[in-house]
Amino acid sequence: MSIDIDTARRVAKLARIRVDEADLPKLAGQLSGIVGFMEQLTEVDVTGIEPMVSVTPMRLKRRADVVTDGNIQRAVLANAPDAREGFFAVPKVVE
Amino acid sequence: MNPNEMTIAGARDALRKGELSAVDLTMACMVAMDAGDGLNAFVHRTPDIALDQARAADGRLAAGEAPSMCGIPVGIKDLFCTKGVASQAGSHILRGFKPEYESTVTAKLFGAGAVMLGKLNMDEFAMGSSNETSCYGDVINPWKVDDRSLTPGGSSGGSAAAVAADLCLAATGTDTGGSIRQPAAFTGIVGIKPTYGRVSRWGVVAFASSLDQAGPMTKSVRDAAIMLGAMAGHDEKDSTSADLAVPDFEAALTGDIRGKKIGIPREYRMDGMSAEIDALWADGIAMMRDAGAEIVDISLPHTKYALPAYYVIAPAEASSNLARYDGVRYGHRATLAAGDGITDMYEKTRAEGFGPEVQRRIMVGTYVLSAGFYDAYYNRARKVRALIKRDFELAFGAGIDAILTPATPSSAFGLGEMANADPVEMYLNDVFTVTVNLAGLPGISVPVGLDKKGLPLGLQLIGRPWEEGDLLNHAFVLERAAGFVAKAQKWW
Repeated sequence: MSIDIDTARRVAKLARIRVDEADLPKLAGQLSGIVGFMEQLTEVDVTGIEPMVSVTPMRLKRRADVVTDGNIQRAVLANAPDAREGFFAVPKVVE
Repeated sequence: MNPNEMTIAGARDALRKGELSAVDLTMACMVAMDAGDGLNAFVHRTPDIALDQARAADGRLAAGEAPSMCGIPVGIKDLFCTKGVASQAGSHILRGFKPEYESTVTAKLFGAGAVMLGKLNMDEFAMGSSNETSCYGDVINPWKVDDRSLTPGGSSGGSAAAVAADLCLAATGTDTGGSIRQPAAFTGIVGIKPTYGRVSRWGVVAFASSLDQAGPMTKSVRDAAIMLGAMAGHDEKDSTSADLAVPDFEAALTGDIRGKKIGIPREYRMDGMSAEIDALWADGIAMMRDAGAEIVDISLPHTKYALPAYYVIAPAEASSNLARYDGVRYGHRATLAAGDGITDMYEKTRAEGFGPEVQRRIMVGTYVLSAGFYDAYYNRARKVRALIKRDFELAFGAGIDAILTPATPSSAFGLGEMANADPVEMYLNDVFTVTVNLAGLPGISVPVGLDKKGLPLGLQLIGRPWEEGDLLNHAFVLERAAGFVAKAQKWW
């Protein structure tokens, strides 16, 4: 199935990556090539096969529901592009 | 021999005997690193940390309580978070990021006395097979046979080049579809991807979490055994890390594989495979037979579908993992125009911060996970993955001890030669390695010979889950029989 320009635009929006209109045809072509490559999977008989959820048969470990970390506000904010008064700062989201 | 040219095993023995100090060994590597600038392998250097660690290692050596990695200078792939040291995953989007914590692997290596020389170049977010997607620019392969600059492979290309050029004794790599084994093969060194869960992923920047594993890249199989022992082990901070004891991998290197059954999968004999790769494979088969192993023709019928399944699953997981790069908590944030809202901030930040290949994979992943396509692509790929794993289980269940295949479809190619190729053509580099990640198995690339141009070629051995010791022993036999001693001629 080939990816048209509208689909490429929608995927870019869902992925939150700004793509210029002029670049959409090339992107659609490349995505179509990759998705076309995946189409080979339709040749495989997967009747009765469960999708793999874990490559090694293991039950994920559980731990006690207790606080093990914290009080590291400085470390958490240390790499923020914009941190103010102990918070991450972002453009206004509520008018 | 200059100290930086030593193996881990050789340096360990010299350090313990007092013939060499960790500080002198580290200084020799730093001189080699400076001389090796043109390879663009090291992208962040940490000489102060290295000398502090080397002095501490000399103290432990003097006290007679030094583990095998004590005083061994290594390079760390940029994908590993290292406290206070730039860790960018080869991406502009993590420019300026200095983690406040240490990855489990580097913490374990440092605990064992290893010395960090710096961070190594790589494909952006480990997505690439040629090291050409890095924000730091291409790594140059130390192997050179004409006026072209060759790729060291990817994504662990900086690691491979640095080890092959003796800038360090060994390096960490990571492997999601072949990113340790393919560059190892392209540069004439050894690289092992352990069983999924053997090494903690905590603090390693995530690409595709169900496939990613870290492993050592070294000058010999023995070195791989030593370094893997220091990297492996259960970690409470990675719920997928296996709670299993780590055996003494070096002790497993007996050199005896008599009576072992080596599987040769017929589906790996691809249409259009080069005669040189075919001949190399035949040589490897003869070496294993001469060592007393039984050669068995096997079938892994779903091999052909591994790459398409991988290129659904890996981008799907990547699109989810890389959602965290939003310009809020760390790394790059785009400069905003007046009136831009938060969605503009996300979209501009990600467009500026991610390179084209990473953007493509995020979008492919977004597509295959989107409503209406999830079953057709993602769930179908996960079913095919289950079948690929079953192929291996049936082979091992029938008594096969290890599987021998080529590591790559060719030797190293020229930088820029794939620039106009379809992205899928580059993906074909992973054709022999990607099945191993999908099945969660250990796999190792061993240098076996040179092609007629004079470039290294490797073979891959695939082992049973959790039996890296046995796998390394098979690799040890292959290494000894192949007697690969060629080194890149120094031009840099």
